[in-house]
This record gives sequence, C-alpha cells and structure tokens, in this order.
Amino acid sequence: MSAVMKAPDVRDAYLASLAPEVNLLAGPGPDWLNALRAAAAACVNSLPYPTTHDEEWRFTDFGLLRKTVFASAADISPEVSLTDIAPFVLPESEKSRLVFINGSYAPHLSVCAGLPQGVVMSNLAAGLSSHDAVIRAHLAQQLDFHNEAFAALNTSHIRDGALVLIAKDTVCPAPIHLLFIATGETASTPQASYPRCLIIAEAGSTCALIEDYVCLNQGVYFTDAVCEITLGENTAVEHTRLQRESLSAFHMAYGAVALARGSNYTAHNITFGARISRHDLRITQNGEAAQCTLNGLALIAGRQVADTHTVMDHAKPNGQSTQLHKCIADGGAHAVFNGKIFVRKDAQHTHAAQQSRNLLLSNKARIDTKPQLEIFADDVKCAHGATVSQLEMEEMFYLNSRGLSPLTARNLLIYAFAEEIVDRIPVTSLVKQLSKTLSEQILEHT
Amino acid sequence: MISSNSKVILEVRNLSASVAGIEILKGINLTVRSGEVHAIMGPNGSGKSTFSKVLAGHPGYTVTGGEVLFEGQNLLDLPPEERARNGVFLAFQYPIEIPGVSNSAFLRLTYNTQQAHRGGEELDPLEFNDFIQEKCKIVEMDPSFLDRSVNEGFSGGEKKRNEILQMAVLDPRLAILDETDSGLDIDALRIVASGVNKLMTPDNAVIMVTHYQRLLNYITPDFVHVMRRGRIIKTGGKELALELETRGYDWLDDEHQRASDAHGSASAAGAGRAGATPA
Repeated sequence: MSAVMKAPDVRDAYLASLAPEVNLLAGPGPDWLNALRAAAAACVNSLPYPTTHDEEWRFTDFGLLRKTVFASAADISPEVSLTDIAPFVLPESEKSRLVFINGSYAPHLSVCAGLPQGVVMSNLAAGLSSHDAVIRAHLAQQLDFHNEAFAALNTSHIRDGALVLIAKDTVCPAPIHLLFIATGETASTPQASYPRCLIIAEAGSTCALIEDYVCLNQGVYFTDAVCEITLGENTAVEHTRLQRESLSAFHMAYGAVALARGSNYTAHNITFGARISRHDLRITQNGEAAQCTLNGLALIAGRQVADTHTVMDHAKPNGQSTQLHKCIADGGAHAVFNGKIFVRKDAQHTHAAQQSRNLLLSNKARIDTKPQLEIFADDVKCAHGATVSQLEMEEMFYLNSRGLSPLTARNLLIYAFAEEIVDRIPVTSLVKQLSKTLSEQILEHT
Repeated sequence: MISSNSKVILEVRNLSASVAGIEILKGINLTVRSGEVHAIMGPNGSGKSTFSKVLAGHPGYTVTGGEVLFEGQNLLDLPPEERARNGVFLAFQYPIEIPGVSNSAFLRLTYNTQQAHRGGEELDPLEFNDFIQEKCKIVEMDPSFLDRSVNEGFSGGEKKRNEILQMAVLDPRLAILDETDSGLDIDALRIVASGVNKLMTPDNAVIMVTHYQRLLNYITPDFVHVMRRGRIIKTGGKELALELETRGYDWLDDEHQRASDAHGSASAAGAGRAGATPA
C-alpha cells in the first residue's frame, strides 16, 4: 500500500530529473523564450508521468524508460562526417538539408543553396535574430503542452531546432530534409535529446518536408521530439516522417498541424525503429474546405513497441480527410493505433474516411487498433474500418502455385502490404531506400 | 491433336476430396495425354473449380481418396510450389492483387525460380526484358502493364490476360484454366483464347474448366467432360458442349441415373478417356 501512495512522487521526480537545467531558467535567447521554457518546465514538474492507468497510454508501458538514467546531450556535436551520414543523404535534397546531431545543429553537414528568396530554412537559434516575431507568434502555439508531459519536456528544453518558413505564394522546388541523427554509442551513458521543428507555410505556398530520425549506432538513447506545422490559406504541404531510430532507443514524438482555409496537408508516417516509440499527431482544420491525407506504416519485430495516436479535428465545414494506417507486427512486438476523428458542430459536409489495416505475423505479436469517431454535426459522411489479419491462404496459394516457396511468398506479401504506403512517398530516392530497408528487414525477421 | 501413342501427362484415379468435412469430389477419373485439350463443364457447385484447385494443391481441400499421377509421379505428395515447378499451372478464376510488386519483377522471380529448379539459365532484368516483350505479344498486352503492380487496378479481362502471360512465361506441361472465360467481353475472350492456342504444343495439355460453351468456340476441345455432384457423369467430343448449350444439364442427370441403376453406381461415373469418342 505504501508503495502505491508514494508512486506520484516518483513520477514527478522522474520528469523533473530530465529537466534540471531549465529550473534555473538559464537558457539562451530572448526573454519570451525564457518565459516559455519556464512555463513548460512548470508543467514538467506538475504533470504526472503517463502510465498504463491513463486511458491514452494504456497499451504502452514506458516502465523501461523510467528505469534508465539519461544525461542531456552535449551542446557540441560530436565528430560526424559527411561520409558517416551518406546512407541517409537524399539526392533530391542535396541543397536543402538541415542536420542535427543528438539534437544539436551541425552546420558542417547542412546545406541550403539555390532556393528561392521566399524560402527560409535554418536552425532555430540563428532564425531568432532575423525572424523573432514570426517565431514568437508560432512556437508552442499549436500544441497543448499543459496537458502533454513529453511535449512540455521538449518545450522546456528548447535551445535549437529546425526552422522552415515558406513565404506567401512561394513554391519550394526541392524537398526539405530535416535529418536528426542520434550517434547512439553503446558504451557511453545514454543521452536524451529534444529535437524541435517549426514549419510555417504562408498563404498560397507549397513545400515538401522530410522529418527523418536516424541513428549511427544501436545504443540506448532517448529522443523527445516536437514538430509544429502551420498551413496558411491555400497551401499544400507534403510531410514525410521517418522514425528509424536504434532498436534500443526510446522515441517520443508530438506533432501538431494547423490548417487554414483551402489548405492541403499530406503526411506519410513511417515507423521502423526504437525499442519503444510513441507518436502523437494532432491535426486541426481551422478553416473551411481543408484537406488531409494521412498514410501510416509501422513495421516492427522482436520486442519493439510502436504506438501511434492520431487526432483529426474537423472544426470547419466542407473539410476532407482520408487516412490509411498499417501495422505489421512480428516476433513479440506490439503495435498500437488509435485514430480519433472529431467532427465539430460547425463542420457540416465533412467527408472523413479512416482505415486501419493490420498484419500479425506471429502468435506472440500483438496489435491494438481503435478507431474513434466523435461527430457533432448532422450532415457529414464519415467511415472507418479496421482489419487485423494473418497472411491469407488464398494469397499464399496464388504465389505457391507460381512455384514460389512459402517463405518467399510470405516475404513478398509482407513487402507488398508495406510497400503500398512507402510507394506514396513523393521522393523517389527515399522510396528506393525504404524499399531496400523493407526487404532487408523482412528477410531478417524470417 | 490426339494420337493414341502420345504420352500420358495426367492420370486421375477415383479422386475424392472434401472441404471443412464436406465431400465435394466423389471419385473422379480422368486421363490426359500430351497434345490434348479437355473441357470440364458443369453447373455451379458441381465441383469443377474444386477439382482444379485440388490438382494445383490448394491447402484448403483435403484429399480423402484416390490418386493423381503427373508424368508418372504421385502429384498429391507434393506441395503446390513443387507441382508448379514440375509443370502444373493453374490460371485463377480470381487472380490475387499484389500492390507494390511490379509485374515484371514478379514474372522474373517466378521464371528464375522455375529455371533454377529445371537447371535452366536464369535471366537478369535486361535479358528478361527482351524475353517478356515477346511473351506480351501472345496476349496482346501493352508492355506498360509490366511496370504496374501485379493485377492491381487491372480490369477483369486484364487480370485474365495476365494469367495467360504467366502461363507463357512458366511454359507448363499441364495448364488448368479455371473459368478463365468468366466476365470477359468478346475481344478479351478472343485474345485470351488465341493466347492459349498459341501456347499449345504436341508436348503439353490443357484442362479448361468452364460454365459456358462460349470459350469452346475459340479453343476446340478434344474431350468434353460433364461434372455433376462431384463426379464426371459424361464424356464426349466437342459436339457434347453444343448439346449442353441447347439441352442444359438435367437430361444428363436422368441418363446417369438410369445408367447407375443398371450397372451399379461405382463404374458408370465417366471413366475419363475410356469410352470417349473424339471428334
């Protein structure tokens, strides 16, 4: 009994222990940023650590994270060369790439050249000197860190991050690659890093983003990421998010996207990595006739846990959203998908469709999927569906009847199931890279 | 096409099979020699699709009796992939879609798997491209279909043409076409049928499972077998198909019943080639 009573203190102390320096309010940057960090730090100190007793967290046990002691990543990036990151470099983004090593900006690996005048891409700290007002107006405005412990933790740690500003009516010709590299050394003390992205697309602009979490070694570390995206009227943003962290890592991420009238947001969320990961994505259609397409794929095995929570909030009329999320779990892995769709009272003529398709590859693997529709408007079209299946006998038989062995047939079908999502990514070299990873991973799991 | 001394490719003896405990095939006898085209006709639920799936090794069916020899070898002992590699091909009634896997990559994978089994030469993508371009002509398929995902978004006719393209690539000794004509318009039917005709040689054989006589206007069968309630109840030449078209199936039922009454039920169940009068 006494252990139960003590539990809250333990939770609070844990989050606070991850944020010691912010308690001193000694961060760099302008006063408003210090105030923001302080407010977030206060939340860190008061918000309970989420446990499986919380409805929103009930499938994902982060006990292992709590047992690990992390050191804050150093401000100076370790020696990482262009050769080290070569496997992740995308030819399409050769001149539009921002690289961060363990959360710190790496100017020697970043390139920004030949982009139109209306495109600003830089690290957040540098951006503060020239774009203070716009950053202040948007930073931490889309997310509710007062109720989200890990978003608060990230916000309390803001020192740097990625800043992308696309000016009115500007088309960014190349996809912008935001590459977050964890060195993940196995020998050293596990590090925690707090990547932050702020993306602002002004009215009439168009851009493609790749938010990419990778690792150089398979050690233990903790990534706590936040990405905020604001779409102005009539904008189009295509956002590919890749989580390919170390298989020993912890990855928490919070994404907040706000859409103005007539804007179009497409997301491709790919999860391959981390021992335990959680991705919360909250999209709000604040303007009429906005459109969203959400594609998701989690391919996990071994003892991996991957939890995806999405909220699609239709607040204004004539909006559309289409979502397809797929999970593939092998070994003793556990995938979770929770997809909420809100249709507010004003959001008449909303058209929302959500599909959750899941593939279980072993007896010990587990998938929890929960579509959740809350509709307050009366003239809307909403559909959702969820399937959890094993490989189908008819499909296997078709491939066997063409002479392919059961193992080859199985791998081909898993590949095909995953590839449907990967194929939608608009960057050719990335599709090739991921397809290769897919076939390697599928072979490795068998 | 028929020559009495041609090699026996398939010998089915008193084959019975069930699915989920229900007996569907109740003693099938059939002999297929090289160079022959056999049509298996019958009303819905007669067991003709089951028969084709059992021959190809569908795991959903349990063989409860009888035997099947393919080129003298016990076919029922082999898993489906080995039957395929040895030369049995089933064109599916409902081909499966495989999104994300290009048709050309899939065809090359199946071709090379089979070549490895037969000790033949495997082809790299460039060599295979030349090879497959020629095969596409057989089913008048636009080469752009090779870059598309296997069967994904294909029309019914395109899927069936793709099945025949696979047949062309795998060059089977025995091709079983399961309702390959169903759902095809006249043009597609003509293309599919002419593809099959081009692939016929004196060394291979075809079993066509069909509901309608329509396909037989394009591919002339040497034998027509009528299935009813899990048995072959009558075997004849191509004129039998025409008779079925005008008279339906019920008269055969009566005839079969009388024959059974006269001779006892076991032996009259259409002994495949025996008693057949080829056209």
